[in-house]
Parts: sequence; structure tokens; C-alpha cells
Amino acid sequence: MVTLTDKKDAALSVMLVFTVALLGLLMWEVIVWHFELPKALLPTPRQCFRATVEHMDELIQGILSTGLASVAGLAAAVAIGSLLAILFSQSRKLRLALFPYVILLQTVPIVAVAPLLIIWSGYTFRTVVIVTVIVCLFPIVNGVTTGLLSIDRDASDLFRLYRAGRLKTLRSLQMPSAVGHLVLGTKTSAALAVIGAIVAEFFVGNGTSYDGLGTLMTGWQALAKTDALIAALFCSALLGLTLFGSVHLISVTALRRWVQR
Amino acid sequence: MNAPLQNASSISCRDLTVSFRGGFEALHKLSLDIPSAEIMALVGPSGCGKTTLLRVLAGLELPTSGELKNEPPIQADQGQIAFVFQQATLLPWRTAIDNVALPLELLRNSAPEYHLTRKECLEIAKDKMQDVGLSDALDRYPRELSGGMKMRVSIARALVTKPKVLLLDEPFAALDEILRDQLGEMLLQLWDKQRFTAVMVTHNISEAVLLSHRIALIQQGQKKAVIPNPLPWPRTDAVRATSEFGELYRKVSLTLRES
Repeated sequence: MVTLTDKKDAALSVMLVFTVALLGLLMWEVIVWHFELPKALLPTPRQCFRATVEHMDELIQGILSTGLASVAGLAAAVAIGSLLAILFSQSRKLRLALFPYVILLQTVPIVAVAPLLIIWSGYTFRTVVIVTVIVCLFPIVNGVTTGLLSIDRDASDLFRLYRAGRLKTLRSLQMPSAVGHLVLGTKTSAALAVIGAIVAEFFVGNGTSYDGLGTLMTGWQALAKTDALIAALFCSALLGLTLFGSVHLISVTALRRWVQR
Repeated sequence: MNAPLQNASSISCRDLTVSFRGGFEALHKLSLDIPSAEIMALVGPSGCGKTTLLRVLAGLELPTSGELKNEPPIQADQGQIAFVFQQATLLPWRTAIDNVALPLELLRNSAPEYHLTRKECLEIAKDKMQDVGLSDALDRYPRELSGGMKMRVSIARALVTKPKVLLLDEPFAALDEILRDQLGEMLLQLWDKQRFTAVMVTHNISEAVLLSHRIALIQQGQKKAVIPNPLPWPRTDAVRATSEFGELYRKVSLTLRES
């Protein structure tokens, strides 16, 4: 149901976003010229674009590797997080006992955990995925648990009236009501997933054949290839946006029934 | 179609007391008899315990002391008691007909009459949707329904199990006056067809007078009076214009004010 105003609004917002981007690039170019900044410190947008074209193959490979790790980590976090949330929704004791540790998972800095994980899991793709899962887990567990527990009182009375057991209540009332929270948590985690994967790659990438965006970044940083570094940075932002957009797309298509109120 | 006799249960409450933590008593030794296949309106000031009484009758709240009996006894786990909330309380991810079929799904296989396939559930739900005049809105989602239509779906859902007792907690309070009248009329038609026992909490005295056999006045957790309603049936709009209607209205509102 896209009305004329919606279309106009969409067109307007796209226009505004592009205007800001264009102005930003212009200012960037002007600043580099005006202060005569060296290329190693801050290249111009056009130099970055040329670096993108030049390193296209590596960047695509990087996007694919990091993208795969992010998607795998996010998917695993959705599965593990939802399962944990379901357990938490069923037992108050379990929730009280374990929820603080889920919060702990969130508060421990991932850059401190990553080296430890490398000791245990090696310089592998698997390590990158594990780091991503850790980063993504909290928003999902937190959101889905909240969703499963914040049930309308009348609706839960309705289920009680018909003596619906735990399982039926979970399946027919709690889980459908929590889909919106799951989507919200997954969107938050989608942005985090790429960050998690790249941070892991900073550690994993050194001296191996692994070739994610994070690996490229550390490599180019060492070579003072600032233009390529910035190109990789834009690729990672693009990846995060794509992941976020995909989650949104799934939520308004396949999950539309549960998300729309 | 003549309704079988065992379609309703009487309700009898003896000395019901409900006290909450902190010692607040929502009901205090309340005794009330509701004859089978009648409609009882519960009126009283806010916080008088009407809703608590209704929740006790539904089995959603346990009395601290006292006794609650139904004759014939009610099997709540077989959908013999139903509740209509003030809000329609429809599940937004289900279509109207799926909302109506929900009780049948929840009760599936709990008793021989609930050994139903999904198709049979939908068939029964469809009949109920027809009873409330919504045959052409079967596949609409709650967000696509007006407030009055939502309440109709909610009533259809309550009646889909052919309950012996129907409890209504200010079901029309959120609707405008015209809709309220229409739905009241519909409720009476449905009652005429199914002959359940109904208990309806309401703030609206003319609603209580028009839709009931008896009116119970509740005050501070106790029964203050039960006023029989002598108005003739059917309760058409013409009944509203009679002097008896006015008299009963005055009597109820006067009794409510004496305190």
C-alpha cells in the first residue's frame, strides 16, 4: 500500500541522503586541497575511488569472506539467542541464574576476548564466526526474552481460560508476539555482526591466507595505503548496510504477518 | 432450531472473599445466585469488585474463601466457560476467522467433541462469524477491522465453543453509542439462539436495564441488591421508550447512589 505521499516521501529522503553524501565528498575534496594534505594522511575521494577500482578483486573477495562470516555469525546468534530466550521465558530461576552472564558477554570487550579465542580455535574462519556470535548474541537474547515475557494480560488470560499448556501458549501466543522483538534485536545485531567479524579478522588475518576486509585493512594500514584502507572501510559500511537491509526486507515480507500490527 | 436444555449452567456464589496481598479485600463474603440461561448485569462504582467477581467466576482468580458452584457443573477445560474482555484482545497475526477458531485449536483433543481437523475448526468458526454478521470479513486481519467489528469477532470467538456460561467485562465500553446499541441487540439475538448463562459487567445503566434478566448492584466487594428486570421480551428499541424502562433505570441509579 504505497500512497502518493509515501512515494514522494521516499523520493525526498533518497534525494536528501544523496545530497548530504555529495556535499560531504565535496567538503572532503576541498579540505584535502586547501590544507595540501599528503596522500598517505588523507587521500581525496577520487583517489579512494581509483584505489577501489584497482583493488576491486581483493575487495570483492574481502566482502564475500567477511560477509559470509557475518551472516553465519548472525544466523547462529539468532538461533542460539532465540533458544536461550525460550529457555529464559520458561523458568524464572534459569533467567535469574544465567541472565547476568549474558550481560557479562556483552560487557566484556571483544578485543580482549578475540586473542583468547585464537588460542582456542586458531587463525580460522571459525574463530571469526565465534567472535561475531558473541557480539550479536546479547541484543537478540535480550529482545526475544522481553518479547516472550511481555504478553498482553488479557491474551494470557484467554489462553489460561482454555487451559492451554505451556507449550501451546509458547507456540501460539508468546512466540508470535516476540517476532517483532526478534526482528528489532536482529537489526541491531546485523550492524554489530560486521564490526565483530572485522575485529576478529584484525587478529586472525596476520600471516595466514585468510582474506576478509579486516585482514585487508591491517595489511594496507601497514603499507600506508590510506586510499585502499578507506575503500575497505566503505566496503565494510556497505556490507553492514546490506545486512541490515536484508533483515529489514525479510521482516516486511516473510515475517510481515507477525511484525505488522 | 430449538436449543437443547443443557446449554447453560446456573452459578451460585457463597460467601466469596478475595483478598490480595497487603490485605485489600476485593470481594467480601459475596453471595449471589445467577439462574441458568439468564443474563445478569453487574453494576457498581469503579473498584467495587465487579471485575474481580467476573474473574473468579471464570476461574482466572481463586477466591481466598467461599464457594462457587455451577449446576450442572462446568468443565472449564472443555470450553464451557467463555470470557469477553473490554478490549477485543484479538491476536494480530491471525485473520478474523483464525482468531475465532483459536479456542477450538487450544482445546483440540481435550474432549471427544474437540477431535476436530483444522478444516472442521474453520467450518465452525465460519458459522460463528456468520452469526455475528461478519461473513465477508473472514480473512481480514484485526488491523483491517473497525472497533465494532473487532468486538464482534471477539464475541464470536467466545461463543465458538458453545459455552454454558458467558462472562463479559464491559464489552462495549470502548465503543460509541450507536455501535453499543447494535452490539447489545446482537448479543441478545445470540443469547436467544444459544441460551447460555451470561454475566455482564457494565457501567452503563441503560445497557444493564435493556440487556438483562436481573441486575446485581455491587458495592465495596459486597452485593448491595439484586433487582429483577420485569421488562418484556424481546427487548426491542420500543422497550426503551416505555415508562417501565424509565422506572427501572431510576431505581437502579437511585440504589447505586444510596451509599
